[in-house]
Amino acid sequence: MSARRVDPARDVARTTTGEPVTLTVDGESVTGVRGQSIAGVVMAAARSAGTGGALRRTAGAGAPRGVFCGIGVCFDCLVTVDGVRDVRACQRRAAEGAVVTTQAEPLPARVEGVEGERRG
Amino acid sequence: MVEPAELPGSAGAGAGVRDVEVLVVGGGPAGLAAAAAARRGGAHVVLVEGGDDVGGQYWRHLPAERPAAAEERLHHGWSTFARLRRTLAGDPGCELFTGASVWAVEPGGGRGDLPGAGALVVRVLVAPAGQADAPARRHLALRPAALVVATGAHDLTLPFPGWDLPGVVTGGAAQAFAKSERLAVGERVVVAGAGPFLLPVASSLLATGARVLEVAEAAGPAQLARGWGAHPHRLLTGGGPGPSGARLSGVGVLAGKTRELAGYVAALAAARVPYRTATGVVAARGDGRVEEVVLARLDATWAPVPGTERVVAADALAVSHGFTPRLEVALAAGAAVAGSGAGAGFVAVDDRGATSAPGVWAAGEVTGIGGADAALVEGALAGLAAAEALGHPAGPEVDGLLRRRRVLRAFADRLAAAHAPRPGWLAQVTDDTVVCRCEEVTAGRLRSVAQATASAADAPAGSRSLRLTTRAGLGPCQGRVCGHAVDAVLGCGLPASASTGSAGSTRPPVSHQRRPLAVPVRLGELADLPPATTPTSPATSQPSSHPEPEETP
Repeated sequence: MSARRVDPARDVARTTTGEPVTLTVDGESVTGVRGQSIAGVVMAAARSAGTGGALRRTAGAGAPRGVFCGIGVCFDCLVTVDGVRDVRACQRRAAEGAVVTTQAEPLPARVEGVEGERRG
Repeated sequence: MVEPAELPGSAGAGAGVRDVEVLVVGGGPAGLAAAAAARRGGAHVVLVEGGDDVGGQYWRHLPAERPAAAEERLHHGWSTFARLRRTLAGDPGCELFTGASVWAVEPGGGRGDLPGAGALVVRVLVAPAGQADAPARRHLALRPAALVVATGAHDLTLPFPGWDLPGVVTGGAAQAFAKSERLAVGERVVVAGAGPFLLPVASSLLATGARVLEVAEAAGPAQLARGWGAHPHRLLTGGGPGPSGARLSGVGVLAGKTRELAGYVAALAAARVPYRTATGVVAARGDGRVEEVVLARLDATWAPVPGTERVVAADALAVSHGFTPRLEVALAAGAAVAGSGAGAGFVAVDDRGATSAPGVWAAGEVTGIGGADAALVEGALAGLAAAEALGHPAGPEVDGLLRRRRVLRAFADRLAAAHAPRPGWLAQVTDDTVVCRCEEVTAGRLRSVAQATASAADAPAGSRSLRLTTRAGLGPCQGRVCGHAVDAVLGCGLPASASTGSAGSTRPPVSHQRRPLAVPVRLGELADLPPATTPTSPATSQPSSHPEPEETP
């Protein structure tokens, strides 16, 4: 997805340029504007980072997920921030130097024989 | 409106529990209007808002660190918001908590000085500024004499193959990022779904410089005419005969709404954006993100007409088929939800916002989708009623507010009839369509389990047991996004009616909306709950009573 921030010079709302804020997302440095959400910074950086704006992968199918509801109800944009997991990227403000890790845990694999042993 | 540094517990109310007069949950148009009205009435008000600032989704705006010289150009009624915020700001009688999530409402023991007063303790977790979902948030326990629930609604998006791809967003998300971050969710965007909300979504996208390829409205001409076209003169003269039989003058009330809609239509026309009715999105495709959107003509039941599919190259898709009320707090507070009629599925209220629960009022979208104008009027009525219950009589403004409410509600009923989902939409849900996004449960899985269960017993299993078997609706969002669709796929309730086409009679039951915890809470935060905070009566100190955490995957 090619999300992008509006160029302040062409913005009908006449926004200020804003101060830059830089995060690390899965080890890559991405820069947004102070006041943005982590989701917004990641979405706008998707083109350069080649991530497509994905924020996590699902446990079952390993499918990429991005922002969906944008207002904190769908929980599709959960990320780990500074070691704390399950933070809604659309609700969390981007803080300078925050270390963001996208979440992707596969479902636990079924271990053959374990159930039988337990019963035995 | 002051940012309280500390809320001391009041004596006799249990450790850490603070008695307050009017507690307003939600800082959107309804909540702000309720707080301001309760203050006019003379009551002390505490307002809790989940976001970083007040305004709600309607006035979702740029943060203080990134001001804009002409932000009002992105909003309707911005001066109303500015006035409300100014009125409440600096008013020491109104305390504001932002980043504040209500996670539970419990019996509060009662204070005895007013029927219903103090019957509930509202538990709140307050995050530091800008740090949503941070661990170790601050606990608040508030025991209101009057509670006003103004929690609003969020997008209802009906599932289709590919709706879980990155780049597919709700209409609300597209608008929220446009307004609060000046971010276009894509360069070439399709807006699809149903309802007048598609117009401001498209308009917000255009104002970011994005290209809106088309706006696809699922309702066809016949349905639109049934909603909008019946007795069109009433759109100008009001919502119908008043209680005395006299026709209400609705011109002034609806003029603002008409201007707002006309503004959106003009923006679409100026940008040469096609607006197509009887058209729906039936699939989104792409390698890891949206690259193309498949649109089709829909018949009168919203079923795609075979052979009419067309593929549109796009890098984002904004979809909204209406709204779902955010019911957690209202249900936890004991308020009943209307089971039939125009307000089915929404909190049942009287003209002034009183719910079925003593001491609990509700206002705005949680009581029915009426837009910001209706929310402002209903918030004011509920705030005045709450203050009145505390012994602060409301002034003569109530009569005028009641008249405006009737006109705006009639308008909202028209919108619902014109755009309510119709049952044919289920045809777009193929067996491999993910219905529950959190648990990745497909429609095929839901249907096969429903079939197996139905044949194994005389009576068909309820949606609850089917959900437990398939795990649909049991992921992190707890059915907020998929609940209605899961019920519809399982045949446990259709968010559509073939007979009337009215949203009113068509809402499914709200069993999936009953959530033990209103929002997810970290176990560590539950463990840190102050002890003895749930008194059953003011005189009795209870031992530490920690609520059981919600069963999560």
